[in-house]
Formats: sequence, C-alpha cells, structure tokens
Amino acid sequence: MSSPLKVIVSMIGLDGHTTGGEVVSMILRDAGIEVVYLGVNQTPEMIVRAAAQEDVDAIGISSHAANYSQIVELVELLRARGMADVPVICGGNVPRHTVDELLAQGVASVVLPGASSEHIVHTVRSLARRRAA
Amino acid sequence: MDAADVDAHATALARGDLRCGARLITRIERGDEELVPLLQALYRRGGRAQVIGVTGPPGAGKSTLISRLVTVWRAQGHRVAVLAVDPSSPYTGGAVLGDRVRMAEHACDDGVCIRSMASRTHLGGLARSAGDALLVLEAMPWDVVLIETVGVGQNETEIVRHASVVVLVQTPMGGDDVQAAKAGITEIGDLFVVNKADHPQADATVRQLHDMIALAQRLHPERGWTPPVLKTQALTNDGIAELAIGIERCFAHLAAHPDDALRRGNARLRHRVGEVLRELLDRRLRTGGDTGIEPMLPALHRRASDPYSVAADLLARIG
Repeated sequence: MSSPLKVIVSMIGLDGHTTGGEVVSMILRDAGIEVVYLGVNQTPEMIVRAAAQEDVDAIGISSHAANYSQIVELVELLRARGMADVPVICGGNVPRHTVDELLAQGVASVVLPGASSEHIVHTVRSLARRRAA
Repeated sequence: MDAADVDAHATALARGDLRCGARLITRIERGDEELVPLLQALYRRGGRAQVIGVTGPPGAGKSTLISRLVTVWRAQGHRVAVLAVDPSSPYTGGAVLGDRVRMAEHACDDGVCIRSMASRTHLGGLARSAGDALLVLEAMPWDVVLIETVGVGQNETEIVRHASVVVLVQTPMGGDDVQAAKAGITEIGDLFVVNKADHPQADATVRQLHDMIALAQRLHPERGWTPPVLKTQALTNDGIAELAIGIERCFAHLAAHPDDALRRGNARLRHRVGEVLRELLDRRLRTGGDTGIEPMLPALHRRASDPYSVAADLLARIG
C-alpha cells in the first residue's frame, strides 16, 4: 500500500457547524487518507501550527458560517510561514460570487453542496502537496 | 544520507527545528531507508528527555488526561512533545486522528508539540516507526516526550515499551475492561490510573487493580517499584497533580536504583532491536525477489516443502 496522504479537516473561528467536517473526515478515511481532525474553535494560527507539526499535505476547511475572511487569513498565514505549498480547500455553503473571491485570494478549491464523495476525494488527491507514491 | 547531511539534521533537531523534525517523522512513517544513518547517529548521541508512555482502552480519557498533565508540566517550565498513535482502518488504510481535539488548549504554545501517527495497519512497521519517531523527538530540546497509544492490541501495547515510565489508564467500568487489561499489562504498567473516577464503579476498579498488582509483585519479587493505583477525573482536573508527582517518583526510583533501571533498559533494547530486525526480515521477504520467499512458493503449494523448512532455509541464507 502506498503511503497515505495526511490532511487537516477543521472548522475555523466561531463556526460551530461540525457535521460537514465529520462526514468529510469519514469520506476521506474511507478513501485511505489520514485525517487530522481539529474540530471547532480553531484560529488560523492554531491550524497553521497543526499543519506544521503534522506535516500535512492539505488543509480542508468546513465552512457554514460565512467566515471567509478567516479562511483568507489562514491562506496568508501559511504563506507568511513558508507553507504556501499546503493547499487550503474550502467546503460548505459558499455563494458563487464568494467562490471566485476566495480562489483569487489563494484558496485552492471551493467544494459546494451536492458534491459527491468521489469529487471531494479527487479534489483532495489532485491538489495535495505530496503525491501518494 | 551522507555524514554532512546527518550532521546538519542532527544539529537542526538539537536546535529545536520543528519543521525539520516534522518532515523527518513523515519520512520515517514512509519507511525511508535513507534515514538509517541519521537514526543511527541520533541513537548514539542520545537524548535527555523523560520518555513517558500512556496507554489504555478507547474512551478511557487518555488525551484529556495528557492535556492536563501537559498543563502541569508547562507550569513547571518543561517543554513537552506528544506522539499520539491511533489505529488506521484495516479496510481502507485511512484514519481519523482526533487526539489534537482534546489538547487544543496547548495549540499555540511553542513549548508543546503534538504529532499524530496512524498505525497504517503494518503493525510491525508501526512499532519501528514509533521508535524512530521517538528518536527524532528525543534529539530535540523537549524535556518530556510522551507517547500515547490506544491499547487495543498487543502491538499498540508493545509500542509503549519504548518509554521509561508507562502509565496505564483505565475506565472505571471494571470487569471486562480489567480482564482485557490483564494480558501483559501488569508487566509494563508503572502507574495505573482509573480515570472518570466520579463513576460509582471507580473504587471497585481500583481494588481490582490493586489485587492484580499484588499478584504480579509476588510473581516478580525482583521488581523494586510497586505501581500505584491513582484516581483521576481529567475533565475536572482532579488527581492530575498527584499523577504528575507519581510519575516523578517513578523516575526518581529509577535514578536511585540503577540495577532496576538497567534491567528495564535492557528489556527495552531487546524489544527495540527485535522490532528493527523483524521489519528488516519482513521487507527482505517481500522484496527479496529470487533470494526471497517467491521461488519457494510453488514447492510449498505442492506440499513438497513446508513453512518450517522454508523459514530455516531463508534464515540460513539471509543471516
């Protein structure tokens, strides 16, 4: 078996909607990926530190509270810490006009409601920093 | 990896370079054989951290307990690294590693590092990986290196043998839990903790553990250390200070009784070498091509040979 990808799944800021993150964690696990689940009340700082300590290949943010500025903050903090190679993938009920803004600000991908498990897994796999050998 | 690389990495680790350490652990998890010279050098240089193992059944509250212990240690000015090992799915090879959730209070503390590690189903490889990851952490300026495993199987229990002091955390459900704990646990537990001690069964569990320990002590009179049984309630921070003191006492005992420390150290080393050897053998078997097991399989299928003969033959040729 090739070496699994390692990915953070987290909520950000005061967004307490965890179901999406929990479901995606299981989807990714079932696809052979190692998920570092951070849960709620995570600041961009906490997520970046976790990403460094865990040496992750991607960060997935589950967003259902419109806290997009914090997601952008996360991207900028990764860049500032020399970790711009770790993609941030956002999933949630993001309005289409916000999707474009987020992508322009450096978010690697935005996964919208209705996305299949296959699409989610494919997105993570194709964007992840390190190719699973 | 050449000598210059080895030196560069070792120096970076000694300086506390977290990114370097994290990346090395990733390579260790992948079984990168290029790291062997570095691992050899790190072992020989040694480390000064106190290595503590924490294991117990799922739901015992290990991560919460560890988080509270880290708070105590941080207040004492100690820098702590935690290696949290969780099982991978045997079906998919993936995992959900959730230990960090319980330790979020330390997420922004430079004096604390948490690394999650999945068992990746190659349990022999896990033991070797965990041992190597501990080497890397010990080469860094941490005062305490703690390894946490879910003690669901023999292998997860084996991993905590890498530690100098092992804490066994139980839930107060008594009965089956303690029964399951019996298998080999009394051999390796230095402190027994009954967490969630507000549960009505807590005292009964404490008594059962005391009985188990008393029996083990009779069977092994050479052991100078009698494991204490402690009650904690990690969520309300009860008993945590006492646990930290208990751990300190165990280290003090080892310092004051070099014979005991040596005996335990030797047992650890035997296990460690065994882990490395078993993984080398396993790798050799899988990748040996013509000199591995493959050419012998047809004869085995035909029952013209048997597993014992084949194994002996391989051992003679490999060794």
